[in-house]
Amino acid sequence: MNARRALLLPSALALGYAFLYLPIVSLIVFSFNASRLVTVWDAAHSPTLRWYVELLHNDQILSAARLSLGIATLNATAAVILGTAAGFALARFGRFRGRGLLSALTTAPLVMPEIITGLSLLLLFISMQQLLGWPARRGAATITLAHISFSVSYVAIVVQARLAGFDHSLEEAALDLGARPAQVFRRITLPLIAPALLSGWLLSFTLSWDDVVISQFVAGPGSSTLPMVIFSKVRLGVSPDVNALATLLITLVAAGVVGSTLWLQRREQRRGSEMRQAVTEE
Amino acid sequence: MTGGRPRLWELLERRGRALVSGIPLGWLSLFFLIPFLIVLKISFSEARLAMPPYAPLLVRTGAHTLAIHMHLENYRLLASDPLYLDSLLYSLRVAAGSTLCCLLLGYPMALAIARAHPARRHLLLMAIILPFWTSFLLRVYAWIGLLQDNGVINHLLLSLHLIHQPLVMVNTTFAVYVGIVYSYLPFMVLPLYANLEKHDATLLEAAADLGARPWRAFCRITLPLSGPGIMAGVLLVFIPAVGEFVIPSLLGPANQLMIGRVVSNEFFENRDWPTASALAIVLLLLLLAPIVLLQRYRRRELASA
Repeated sequence: MNARRALLLPSALALGYAFLYLPIVSLIVFSFNASRLVTVWDAAHSPTLRWYVELLHNDQILSAARLSLGIATLNATAAVILGTAAGFALARFGRFRGRGLLSALTTAPLVMPEIITGLSLLLLFISMQQLLGWPARRGAATITLAHISFSVSYVAIVVQARLAGFDHSLEEAALDLGARPAQVFRRITLPLIAPALLSGWLLSFTLSWDDVVISQFVAGPGSSTLPMVIFSKVRLGVSPDVNALATLLITLVAAGVVGSTLWLQRREQRRGSEMRQAVTEE
Repeated sequence: MTGGRPRLWELLERRGRALVSGIPLGWLSLFFLIPFLIVLKISFSEARLAMPPYAPLLVRTGAHTLAIHMHLENYRLLASDPLYLDSLLYSLRVAAGSTLCCLLLGYPMALAIARAHPARRHLLLMAIILPFWTSFLLRVYAWIGLLQDNGVINHLLLSLHLIHQPLVMVNTTFAVYVGIVYSYLPFMVLPLYANLEKHDATLLEAAADLGARPWRAFCRITLPLSGPGIMAGVLLVFIPAVGEFVIPSLLGPANQLMIGRVVSNEFFENRDWPTASALAIVLLLLLLAPIVLLQRYRRRELASA
């Protein structure tokens, strides 16, 4: 009875992980399959790198990937700057005019259905075009602006949570010792929130890199991001070069996530031991 | 302190606070608040065949007078045409069902991680988060290959002689359930884990000492204490699931559309901007209560951090 119960939770966990990883594994396995019928294993000619080679010659996918890479990078950088400002104001400024509005505007996009965000941003760009004449045509610029507008919230939340975990005392001590606010921010606050900035940047990058719904609303003709190209391809059914692309992307992302997690962990451990050292030296 | 740069710097420092809060506030107002107001405005406009395809709300009737043309016809259309009501109800049903499945699968997982050895928790959590970082679209796409008639699952079942002809799974509501549960499972597990991990283990020990069996202790202690975590997980899955667009487009039935798809069709295919806007407003109103609940929960979490 007890042994059976002890197995209950771990087997639920194993089942859950199987559910999470089975599709990813099958995606990777079938990317090496020679048959065009993605899910039928052609044992005679597999494994093969055929689809990877075809991928490298697919200009549509390559140029979409370049566009997505540019948009995601620009988006993540801008979102980190704006989001840090918002998160810092919310965590450190106490009461100020517009606090309620800023707080609501940083959390609302997180729960807004994408379809509504996409529709409303498209209508904004159309209205702007009528009133200001800009943007003359929709494309990379409008996609980037749309992505920044929802990424800011994620960064703001991460930064705010990180700052809430540290008390004010370090910053106040520096201010008491005569440091200027900008100096305090650069020398004390920024190093403290660096992990939040990194995860905020990566999160914004990923959100932009993966987004299909909002991009589809605000993109114009001739500016297709990688997810848009994939989406229109897979709506017609499975295709082996998408599997090859997926395998490449998943490998890259997994390496990046594992690497940055390990880096952050080591950094926190070092900080912890330095803090302990500082305390014992006193 | 002469020269342009230091003075500019000083000015920036004096105005710093206003700038730091004002710039993101301005940005989010322009790209989030105003667009929403535009949708609201268009939802009250009359559709017409022009560019833009809707009539203005404010009409100048004299030198100093404006008339507001509030047009409620779009909302009346939504209430009278069963197409919209059907797809709304279908979306709510699918979202609620898949949220429940997520909870039933996610709760034991979160509990198992929370009760695992502390050194292993980190790795187990990372394994939950990792799929979330990889492309959502590609992971949903992977299910087409698994579920389709000549897909992996059907092959397996056929070769085991469990079935004699392939099961039709892709382009069904079942596939939408699978896709939503699969995509949103991490959103259920993480808040549940955050809650369960904080539980005081001595409570369960006390219950055991007093003779409570583990199942009873779970029902009387762990489950009630995890209420806030359950609520957060349920809301985090349910809210985006109602408006889901990609999953039903790739895996769902063609004759039964979820509301996100209907909004998109009205806008792009029928070019009926007012109806699409009115539908978006109705969807948002439906989700308002869960969204407010989630915000309250988040604020409490942040305050207790």
